[in-house]
Amino acid sequence: MKLLANFSLSKLRAHVAYQSAAMGVLCTLVTFLLVMGQRLTEADIKLRLEEDRLELLSQVLPASYYDNVPLEDAVIIPDTLFSNEPVEVFIGRKKGDVSSIVFEMETEGYGGTMKLLLSLNTSGEIIGLRVLSHKETPGLADKLEISKSDWITVFNGLSLQNLPREKWAVKKDGGDFDQFTGATITPRAVVGRVLNGLDFYERNKHHFTHSIKEEETVDE
Amino acid sequence: MSEGCNSCPTSNGEAVTSYKDYFSFGIWENNIALVQLLGLCPVMAVTTSATNGLGMGIATTVVMIISCVLVSVLRDVIPAEVRNPVMIAIIAGTVTLVDLAMNAWMHELYKVLGLFIALIVTNCAILGRTEAFSMKQPPAAAFIDAVGMGLGFTWALVVLGGIREIIGSGTLFAHASSLLGSNFEWLEITVIDIDSGILLAILPPGGFIFLGVMIAVKRAIDSRTAKDEPTDTTDDELVAIEQ
Repeated sequence: MKLLANFSLSKLRAHVAYQSAAMGVLCTLVTFLLVMGQRLTEADIKLRLEEDRLELLSQVLPASYYDNVPLEDAVIIPDTLFSNEPVEVFIGRKKGDVSSIVFEMETEGYGGTMKLLLSLNTSGEIIGLRVLSHKETPGLADKLEISKSDWITVFNGLSLQNLPREKWAVKKDGGDFDQFTGATITPRAVVGRVLNGLDFYERNKHHFTHSIKEEETVDE
Repeated sequence: MSEGCNSCPTSNGEAVTSYKDYFSFGIWENNIALVQLLGLCPVMAVTTSATNGLGMGIATTVVMIISCVLVSVLRDVIPAEVRNPVMIAIIAGTVTLVDLAMNAWMHELYKVLGLFIALIVTNCAILGRTEAFSMKQPPAAAFIDAVGMGLGFTWALVVLGGIREIIGSGTLFAHASSLLGSNFEWLEITVIDIDSGILLAILPPGGFIFLGVMIAVKRAIDSRTAKDEPTDTTDDELVAIEQ
């Protein structure tokens, strides 16, 4: 501070006008840099997010199920029994025929909302299930994540036909699914929501078959 | 330069006088997490594993270096009366740019660190460093100080995360390869093969308990070294610096 007393700048700095101007200039500069940064990265970030979605999709739906672009082939289905919001259902097609559907579901876990991604084949069997995001206790209920445990894969191949409705519950409730040591609420919520998802498919499957017919007339 | 840092004495009570001291000061004597107890919000939130601690530490160090050097370069232009909003604008701008750049060009790393980066804005340790140090020091000193403080914060987070991870989940550096690349898979160790460890270690109270233990251990080491070498080496070093 003593050194700076020699500079005329220090006198200038005492003026309110200078202070406001300095702040104004700096904030403008920062804003400008942020705008530049945002424009520079915008396209790349969009690309990365698209890649992320594709990667997630490939986790629940093997590439052998489709030859279309499911992310661009979606139908919106309102079903208030299943969700307050209309559900966006992505459709996997092989040679134009619907082979599989993929949709997101939300449910309340112990720590907050969990997002699940479920894929089914046309007979209502589960192809794959993943947890997209959750706020469950780390080390206790995060065995939902495929990177921590393969619990989530026990759903593969199950349907309402091959597992009776009363078995769709954790073992503690008399069902078929393992709960985690010390955490029952999380798996209970997941199992319950998956059952809802299967019901949602049964109620709405005519929509998907309907959409093939439309598509075919457009195509041919 | 010597008159600049009278606010930051070493553990011996002497003023810091060399770049080496600036560095070791941040690593040990005035460690952000263990002595200044700043930035506890990210410390507690993130240190459920050693890998998370490392990620947060690295991200904080990068932002700290950029912000401290920028503030130091601009220190003559920034009026003292409005320095806080100006510094916050610089820090928040830096964090946002780092966030955007990582999201676009280091996306794998971003998926691991992304959550922590926005948290850095709330880390008062960076504002504290720019206010207490960079505003009064030349860029080179601010740079060394930021590196020291950042690395000091990083090791504290890694150790705290490691302790909580071993006790809570029985692993160490789990998922390190997703942060550092597949060359670092050897870091991932299963210390105790247990289904679920002591949950308390991973929950927030465990964070406070183990941070308390770490602070106590650091103090114990400090008072032991102070007893062990009251005359010989430390005094010699100080004399050497003063000459």
